[in-house]
Order: sequence, then structure tokens, then C-alpha cells
Amino acid sequence: MREFFRKVIGIDPEKCLPEYRVGYRGSQKTLDLSHNVILYLEDISVSFDGFKALNKLTLAIDAGELRCIIGPNGAGKTTMMDVITGKTRPDSGTAFFGQSIDLTRLSEPEIAHAGIGRKFQKPTIFQQHSVFENLELAMKTDKRVRRSLIARLRDEERDRVADTLRQIRLDGEAERPAGLLSHGQKQWLEIGMLLMQEPRLLLLDEPVAGMTDDETMRTAELFVSLAGQHSLVVVEHDMAFIKELGGLVTVLHEGSVLAEGELDSVQNDERVIEVYLGR
Amino acid sequence: MRKPLTLRLLSALDRKSWLALGVFLAVALILMPVLHLAVPPESAFHVSAYAITLFGKIMCYAIVAVAMDLIWGYGGILSLGHGLFFALGGYAFGMYLMRQIGRDGSYQSDLPDFMVFLDWKQLPWYWSGSDNLWWVAFLVIVVPAIVAFIFGYFAFRSRIKGVYFSIITQALTYAAMLLFFRNETGFGGNNGFTDFKRILGYSITSPETRLVLFGLTALMLSVTLVFARWLVTSKFGRVLTAIRDAESRVMFIGYNPLWYKLFIWVISAILCGIAGALYVPQVGIINPSEMSPANSIEIAIWVAVGGRGTLIGPVIGAFIVNLAKSWFTVSFPEYWLFFLGLLFILVTLLLPHGLVGLWKTLRQSRGVRT
Repeated sequence: MREFFRKVIGIDPEKCLPEYRVGYRGSQKTLDLSHNVILYLEDISVSFDGFKALNKLTLAIDAGELRCIIGPNGAGKTTMMDVITGKTRPDSGTAFFGQSIDLTRLSEPEIAHAGIGRKFQKPTIFQQHSVFENLELAMKTDKRVRRSLIARLRDEERDRVADTLRQIRLDGEAERPAGLLSHGQKQWLEIGMLLMQEPRLLLLDEPVAGMTDDETMRTAELFVSLAGQHSLVVVEHDMAFIKELGGLVTVLHEGSVLAEGELDSVQNDERVIEVYLGR
Repeated sequence: MRKPLTLRLLSALDRKSWLALGVFLAVALILMPVLHLAVPPESAFHVSAYAITLFGKIMCYAIVAVAMDLIWGYGGILSLGHGLFFALGGYAFGMYLMRQIGRDGSYQSDLPDFMVFLDWKQLPWYWSGSDNLWWVAFLVIVVPAIVAFIFGYFAFRSRIKGVYFSIITQALTYAAMLLFFRNETGFGGNNGFTDFKRILGYSITSPETRLVLFGLTALMLSVTLVFARWLVTSKFGRVLTAIRDAESRVMFIGYNPLWYKLFIWVISAILCGIAGALYVPQVGIINPSEMSPANSIEIAIWVAVGGRGTLIGPVIGAFIVNLAKSWFTVSFPEYWLFFLGLLFILVTLLLPHGLVGLWKTLRQSRGVRT
């Protein structure tokens, strides 16, 4: 059947219609960090219509690490995040969260429950809901229908939302519809929603795009303070921001890792310069 | 602090809304019956049997409109096949009404007339138990629910959305209509069910029976509104509107949209089924044309006219459009569909939030001025 679709209609049904998986099998396994590595990607390949978005990508992130990913457009940064969060299934390769959780077998909600939070490139928040409700919906809790029908906020949960509101400096805006926030505030709100999920690994796709310099620096401070307790993978173009974060830098190019190391050494790497400046 | 469920239901509506609901029920359950039975037909205050039937019918439509609003206005899923669930509920209850005819049909047989006509010797298996009101009431709820569950499960699991989903629902109701048109299906073919005589042994045409049905419909509409209000103000409702606005974000914070969509989809279908069951005894006929694609589109128009995402809007929309329809189809029958199309275009262009949205804007602009 799959072959039929691929040959006759020219589409791969599994890629077009990834199904919502049923149940939360993934969340039953606990995150195993015995080798101090939180994320393993090995030989991941993904292609769309012959275009290789990821080409045998291999990457490992240590627990508590703050890793920056850079690379020119089309290097596969967003596709990599799609693979980690279950949005795209790789054609080949393995993706493990800790030692035991196989990400390629879980759905998006299951991966979220397992402890991976994702911030999109374009701020994606619930525009019609208030800032408070945005955070409330993101809060780590039982997210099945039957709980949602009868759920009421407990006092300690209210306090958690209030803490996060202070952390993302939106405590004066709790009742405002999120759609009315400024672009930078929306970015912060989405980061706040990520924090409410209490993830172990945060994937942040261009988190400071559209922020003022002041906001950018405050974001860097926040991320540095989160590292250690959490592991962070940040995709960015803003070099000043990356410098401020101070972690290891991985350069992606044409779907695989081109270079890895401290920012200075990466910036002086011949191949990196070539890729960025063109041949 | 945890409140019991009854208290939460009470707090679903504010005081003004409860008052409005109380007034509505007083009019429907006390005033209308008194004006119908006790006031002589010559009086200007007499409510005619025609009016009772018309308003009863429109209240059934209003229930459907609220059900549609739950899935469209709050869930962001436009169904153009809700007429199917309405008709399924109607057919399920119609089976009971057919059995209540007993031997008073044209052929004086225990079987419904259309089966005698087809030369069937006994009831098909799926008609068994249809003389029992409770079994039929169960079917009214369960049949639309099962059809909705199966269809919804596969559609939502495959992430069919937007206009594709709407088109498939159209096809679904159309296919069902063709199925019910066939005599062999066992539901009376293109004539459907009609010539009902009794309900629970009482004459279906007596003013008292009609008033009871009218009152039940008013009660059901009220229950639907309170239930829907409670649903959309719960956390479930917030997740539902979140799915409407940013589904991928909902998934990545750990909710599985499949079950949320499926739940509201099935609830919506059940409400339509109940409305259909209340509609059939009042109108006296059910046939496959209830499943025609145009009928389902009309449901969406009621909701759009009233204002989606507001609950009271669809009720207002259902009343206004259907009152206009009953006037138009008498005065200018050939122009009704043109008018309906025009109405839909105007509302889409000028009133994206329907009449309720217009009212809110007017109130706001007045508030700014003073």
C-alpha cells in the first residue's frame, strides 16, 4: 500500500500523514542518564523528494549541557528538531533520549511527556488565551481528556504559574490576551510555557529573533541559569548571543556536522568560513 | 479548594444567564401552554398549534446549532455533515413511532406499511426491540455516537483538517442519504417514516402531547446550553480552543489532539441525535432528504449568522434564519435559496463574528463614546 502511494501518486503516506500514536507508552519509561548523555542522534537521514535534509547526522548532547547549533539556511537545523520531537520520522538512523527512550517510536505528545520541550522559530502561543492560561495549559500534569474535564488549579499550581510569570517578566500581563503581547514578550511567553512543562531537554529554535538587545541579554542569562538542571540545544544566528551563552558550538552543513568546538575555534575553522562566505 | 460537580455546574453560568434561562423556561413551559390551551382561538393572545410546532422545530435546530458551534466555533473543525447525526437520531426514534402505529396502517399489519409493500414477512434484525421506548432512546444516543466515533477516529488520526475534513463529511452524509434512499435498507426508502399515530399510547396529534414534546425540547435546549457552557469554560474547553488556534503547540506541550477532537466530535453528534429524535414526532416525518448536503450546510449558516464561538449566537442564528425561512418559503418559495446564499455571503463579508459580534461591537463603541 505504501509502495502504491509512493509510486503511483508520488507521495509517501507515512510522511504526509504521521498518525497520532495512541497512549503514552514512552512516559512510562524513566529517563536513564547513566552515561551522562541525554540525547543521542546516530546516522540520521531524512530526505524530502530526493533532497537530503539530514545526511547521516550524528550528534550527542551531555546532560546539563548548553549546546548551540549554527549553520547556513537549509543545513537541516529545523529538520533535526523535527526528528527529535517526533514531527518527522527519519528514513534511517537512531534517536535516543537518555539510554532507553527511542524517540523514533514515539508521537509528539509522548515525547513531550518524556521530557523534551520545544520552542518554534516563529513564536507559537495561544493568541486568544490569556498569558496565565497559556502557562496553565503548558503545566506538567495529567493531560488526558478525562482529567481536563474536571481539572481545577490547586494553590501550589497557581504559585508555580506565578513564579514562571516572574521569571519571564510577564507578571503584570497575566490577564492580557497573549495575542496582544509584543514580539519579544511572545518569545518569552513561549519559553515560559516550556519551563512549565518541566522538561529535561529544551530545544530552542532562534529564541531571540526579534528581541531587543536588552531582551537578548536577559534571555542569555536565563538560559545560562537553566543549564545544569536542564540540557539546552539552541539554534541561533546571533553570534553575540552565542558568545554570551558560552557553550560548545556545532556547525551543521548540508545535513551533517561540519565542525564542533568552542566558538572561537569554530569561527576560525577554514571549512566553516568557506561554507558561510561561499566558494 | 474542591467544589462538588453540581456547584461547578451552577457556576458555569453567571447570574444574568441563569435568569435569562429561567425566563425562557417559564415562557416555554408555562406561558406558551396556557396561551395555547386556555386562551380561545379568537383571542389575539392565542398561540396556534402551528406556532407550537414551528417553535418546537426551531428549538431542535437550535440544539443542533449549539452542537455545531462546539465543534466548529470552539474546536475549529467545520463539519458539513451534521445533518447525518440529526437524521440518525430521527430515524432511530422514527422506528419506535412506526411500531406504535400498530395495526392502524393502511395494510392493517403488524409490520410497518412500507415493509408490507416490499412483501417482507418479518422485521429485519435491526428493528428488534424498536417497540421499546427505552431501547430506542438508547439507540438515539448510541448510533450517532458510534458512527461519529468510527469516522472521527480515522479522520482525526490521519490528521485530516480544514476544507478536506469538511468535504469528507459532506461525502459521508451524501453516501448515507443514498443508502437510506434504497428500499432494501429497511428504513422506508425515499418516503422515510410518516403517518405516525401514537407515542407511548397517546395520540401524537393531541394538543397535550404536542405541548409535552415542546416542553421537553425546551428543557433539552436549556440542558444543552448549560452543559456546553460548562464544557467550554473547563480546562477541556481551553485545550480545545488552543487546538483550534495552534495545534502543533498543543501537541508539543503533551496533549494528544486526537482524543480532544474525538470527544467533542462525539458529544456534538449525540446532541444532534437527541435533537433529531425530538424533531421527528413534532414534525411528523423523517426521510433521507434530512441527510442532503444542503441541509448540513444550512446548519453551518445558522451558526455563522448568530456568531460562532459564543453558544447563544447559534441559538439566535437558528431562530432568525428558520423564522425567515418559514416566512419566505410561504411568501416567495422560489427565492429562499437565493436569499440564504446572499445571507451567507453578507455575514461572511460584513459580520465575521455574526450578530452577537455585531451587538458586542455596537455596545463597545457606545461605551467608548460615553
